[in-house]
Amino acid sequence: MKKVFGRPLSMKNNPFHYCAGCGHSTAHRLIAEVIDELGIRDITIGLPPAGCAVLAYNYFDVDMIEAQHGRGPATATGLKRILPDRIIFSYQGDGDLAAIGTAESFHAANRGENITVIFINNAVYGMTGGQMAPTSTLGQKTTTSPTGRNTTLDGYPIMMSDVLAMLPGTAYIERCTVTTPANIIKAKKAIRKAFQYQIDGEGFSMVEILSPCPTNWKMSPVEACRWIDEVMTKQFPLGVIKDRPAQEKKREQKGN
Amino acid sequence: MNKVLMQGNKIIGEAAIRAGCRFYAGYPITPQNELPEYMAENLRKIEGGVFVQSESELAAIHMVIGASAAGARAMTSSSSPGISLKQEGISSLAACELPAVIVNMMRGGPGLGNISPSQGDYLQATKGGGHGDYHIIVLGPASVQEIADLTMDAFDLADEYRTPVMILADGMLGQMMEPVVFKKPKPRNYPEKFMMKGAGGGKSKIIRGLILDPLDMEEHIWKLKRKYQMIAEKECRYELYETNDAELILVAYGTSSRIAKGAIKRLRNEGLRVGLFRPITLWPFPAEGLRELAKKVENFLVFEMSAGQMLEDVLLALKGKARIGFHGRPGGVVPTPAELSNVVLRKYNRKDGLTEIEE
Ligand SMILES: Cc1ncc(C[n+]2csc(CCOP(=O)(O)OP(=O)(O)O)c2C)c(N)n1
Repeated sequence: MKKVFGRPLSMKNNPFHYCAGCGHSTAHRLIAEVIDELGIRDITIGLPPAGCAVLAYNYFDVDMIEAQHGRGPATATGLKRILPDRIIFSYQGDGDLAAIGTAESFHAANRGENITVIFINNAVYGMTGGQMAPTSTLGQKTTTSPTGRNTTLDGYPIMMSDVLAMLPGTAYIERCTVTTPANIIKAKKAIRKAFQYQIDGEGFSMVEILSPCPTNWKMSPVEACRWIDEVMTKQFPLGVIKDRPAQEKKREQKGN
Repeated sequence: MNKVLMQGNKIIGEAAIRAGCRFYAGYPITPQNELPEYMAENLRKIEGGVFVQSESELAAIHMVIGASAAGARAMTSSSSPGISLKQEGISSLAACELPAVIVNMMRGGPGLGNISPSQGDYLQATKGGGHGDYHIIVLGPASVQEIADLTMDAFDLADEYRTPVMILADGMLGQMMEPVVFKKPKPRNYPEKFMMKGAGGGKSKIIRGLILDPLDMEEHIWKLKRKYQMIAEKECRYELYETNDAELILVAYGTSSRIAKGAIKRLRNEGLRVGLFRPITLWPFPAEGLRELAKKVENFLVFEMSAGQMLEDVLLALKGKARIGFHGRPGGVVPTPAELSNVVLRKYNRKDGLTEIEE
């Protein structure tokens, strides 16, 4: 019999600790599939964050080094500069990347570090119990915005992908989600492209994944997916935000 | 070997490069800027040498973590306020047992303080500094030659014990020009198995400080503790100066030990028998060497460019065994040998010899 579905080779045989309906598990699987398909398992080093994905090294069967909260892109910089032919990915939540680690993300992107960041945006601090994140949407109720996020008190949701896309150092940034099979396929394509660009030496690549957090949103997994599709994507529209290599190629073709 | 005349900060850079340092990250802060500038110019000339001017001291130390994990000899430097920011990463290095060299050219503090030479970060450096149960090796050079030697030793110690090592000096030593001879660096002896380079067809590795089960975490901390005990047994270093016939021992390290030597010369010219105990390793603190002296000397005067920090270690080592006095000038004040010798004359000079005058 032909095997049509199995565990990616870059994934350990450990059950996920993630809640039912959590986007981290889907994102993990997609990354592992891409690592398999690109044949880079042996040269890949991953950096799990502080956050719900802190134990990601229990799932990815690649070398992994823990990053302190928000510092993934800095530690990744050290690794990549010493090992330029290895593939380095930093896996980060929205609190990690867009609050405590804003400086590290921004400057790694600005230096055009040839690394890949997987940015899991679930609009809350998942691990610590659902506090307001820099990406929480306007009016969103969290444990630290109990009456809903209010711009006068809490500021606005940060669109980090759009901010980073403005920096010349970034090669590729796309925002995806994992709410439907079609969206999951798109997300996987984006992750693959991001890793491929790193292999090609294009510079900083990042895939933002709007990711359901049913537990902290106090929704069922299905409701959580619907909330992303109906509410979260209004604040964070899906799609390619920047693809410098593709633009350059287009320009070249026009020139010819 | 040729003698060269170079400034302390640059000497660290040169010694580090000679010792095989291939990664430096840092953020500008006075009084150590000549070091990153030296690295920017010279480390980048070396094959595989990486210099990154980071966005902050935090980023720098976390870059060092990555470079160290990747198998490079890695270094960062700063001065007091920046070292405070690095503590998160230093704690991580200790937890993950990664080697690295951190230079602190201390300045006056707390807070933004000033940019004058000071020794106010002794406690931060020697008692852990960041969060959690750990220590780092702390070396306190007192001359530019010693800066060169200890910088090389720092990389060897960091590898041998898989631990961060700090060079704790101050703006004075960093700016000072003295002739130095670079010793021949030892060949590096750091096993591949501790480096993270991708699984390469084998089993994948994990480097982490997160240990969720308290019993496992406890076990890890006891393991670190045993390592620290071994370091304390094997690596204590100190210098004795004019101690053979001494009736009073000054205890000082780094810049203040140079001032102390000047004071001792003056005092000896007046016929007073004063000597110096100079810790070279600040952690581990050479308590045993100090206790040895206390067998024949009754009076000790701790002298620091701080409000009294190493004093605590001296008290721990000698309490009940000797009389311990203190003279300190915190805040970036650099006292003269004359001031210190006057303090000694005032406080200790009795007809029957050098013992403390009770007020
Ligand atoms: C310096 C520091 N501050 C705070 C924390 C506590 N902490 C751990 S994870 C986290 C937030 C994680 O949120 P996010 O990055 O959005 O990831 P998620 O858990 O939602 O996947 C916080 C605040 C920490 N580990 N370190």
